Amino acid sequence: MNRLIQAATITAFGTSAAPAIAQEAASLDARVNEAFATATGPFVSFIFAPFPGTEFPWIVMWLVIAATVFTLYFGLVQLRFFGHAIALVKGDYSDPNDAGEVSHFQALATALSGTVGLGNIAGVAVAVGIGGPGATFWMILAGLLGMASKFTECTLGVKYRNEYPDGTVSGGPMYYMSKGFDELGLPGGRILAVLFSIFCILGALGGGNMFQANQAHAQITQITGDYPGWITGLIFAAIVFAVIVGGIKSIARVTEKVVPFMGIMYVLAALIILLVNFDMIGWAFGQIFAGAFTGLGVAGGFVGALIQGFKRAAFSNEAGVGSAAIAHSAVRTKEPITEGFVSLLEPLIDTVVICTMTALVIIISQQLIIDEATGNYMLNEAGTAIATVDGNSGVALTSAAFASGISWFPFILALAVVLFAFSTMISWSYYGLKAWTYLFGEGKTSELIFKVIFCIFIVIGAAASLGPVIDFSDAAIFAMAVVNILALYFLMKIVRKELQSYSARLKSGEIKKFSH
Amino acid sequence: MSTKLVIGLDGDSSGERALAFAKDLSKLIGACELLVVYVIEWSPFSFQTAEENAERHKRREEEITTAMARVVEPAVAALTAARLSARGIVRHGDVADTLNAVAKKEGAAQIIVARSTDNSLKKRIFGSATAQLVMEADVPVTVIG
Repeated sequence: MNRLIQAATITAFGTSAAPAIAQEAASLDARVNEAFATATGPFVSFIFAPFPGTEFPWIVMWLVIAATVFTLYFGLVQLRFFGHAIALVKGDYSDPNDAGEVSHFQALATALSGTVGLGNIAGVAVAVGIGGPGATFWMILAGLLGMASKFTECTLGVKYRNEYPDGTVSGGPMYYMSKGFDELGLPGGRILAVLFSIFCILGALGGGNMFQANQAHAQITQITGDYPGWITGLIFAAIVFAVIVGGIKSIARVTEKVVPFMGIMYVLAALIILLVNFDMIGWAFGQIFAGAFTGLGVAGGFVGALIQGFKRAAFSNEAGVGSAAIAHSAVRTKEPITEGFVSLLEPLIDTVVICTMTALVIIISQQLIIDEATGNYMLNEAGTAIATVDGNSGVALTSAAFASGISWFPFILALAVVLFAFSTMISWSYYGLKAWTYLFGEGKTSELIFKVIFCIFIVIGAAASLGPVIDFSDAAIFAMAVVNILALYFLMKIVRKELQSYSARLKSGEIKKFSH
Repeated sequence: MSTKLVIGLDGDSSGERALAFAKDLSKLIGACELLVVYVIEWSPFSFQTAEENAERHKRREEEITTAMARVVEPAVAALTAARLSARGIVRHGDVADTLNAVAKKEGAAQIIVARSTDNSLKKRIFGSATAQLVMEADVPVTVIG
């Protein structure tokens, strides 16, 4: 969901449609692109605008400052309650009488399936490829800080969710914005909620859908050879349609089981490569620390490394975006803050563990070319990124790095990318639907309209490279963060009150573990 | 104080044999309460979609109502008709663990189950719930063949 990843992938894979189809569609694509670019250009430029005189996008700073504020405001909650979060996920504090309800583990796994994906595979390669190994240091730091953002939004997501008489629940930023602001007697909650919902729908159709379909097609053609993207789009759309409209849950269930397996396999493969190259791990961390503060010759020096690291973490774990608050709000708990504790593990797993694994494999595999005379990294001809062994970037760079240790891994990686893309689409179809029903009301017809629109966008996303459309959708996802974080600043005192009350009861022994 | 017997049903015809045995045993014991338990296989560590999570509470209630109506209530009615004291319980969880937990919580003297009729691959690899119960239960277990 990153413009940089798109650029890298488009460079790596070329256009997705076959020449004949592309020619026919070219004029239409061009018109659509032009219309969208004109209409959305100012908005996209505004969201991704850098601070004057720098290349640092203000939206990244917005996310990182928020994460730092929440970290300090809640007294390093991610460290103090890390052990407690693990205990909650294990079910130590779950009432056996609630068996059969959504567990903390299930809510966490569902949220993770929406965030772990292309960002961890392609995005890290882009970050390290441009920002050098030092980007990893800043990525880890941003991931650790982002844990506090997740904690804040997910606590509020559960606290202010809607519980309907039929037993179903709906939650997310739009609900805590309207209800939370009302509770504090603040105006503007509903306006923020409507704005958030609009951006969430656009983000779901773009980054959570078209970009995923586009990348999945690109990955498939790497193995099968080039063919028209609309074929992939139609197949994906048919499967997603069967799941979200046809109610064929078995497909989603299979995916939900396979995706974590693929994630674990990815981490295991990375571990194997790291173990085989055990003697180089110290050197790799040396490169990460040295690069973090000197840049080791990358474009923009250490500031370049910092920008790439922060960007990658923010774009990968979605901390502060508000999407996780929708996913986590279904958990069954009497204490909303417990889901906040559990959710803080999400950036840790997504960014600190999985992204770091990817980065280490890329560094250790020595795909990035070092100038032996200076010890610094060599830049490519354009001077925009580090030169790589085969000129790879994005997914191709990660794939080449893993292939240097396990030759057949690129095939598994291709399958993982496709499954991650599908899983992300299913997750975002739900996030978008919740925003849609907030705006237009719950009801079968209303829901069906959104679901059909969602499936149509899969075909569009896979068939065409509508750059401005995807740029706009990405901007919409980060616009969600602008609205969401603004609301969180007003509502964080409610979370602190919950935290103080819960901590006191945990200390006094009022909140106890259950014996299972 | 009456003796409590837990009867684990799996919704299969084999449960009838467990019920028949429990009936005979309770008549021999005298003051006896029969707890008819049906466990809906469920794990807190399974993976679900966001939509499934949102509907989970509703589904759980439906599962309990269905299990009560189709399996537990007919069994309790049959026992009550035979002038025995009986009540039904439906729980979600691991079958063996949950039956054992109910027995412990209720202070039951024994758990009665029928031999598993499940011949799935899962059973061949991991063993049946009955075998697991026999190995791990804190109270005596009678398995009806």
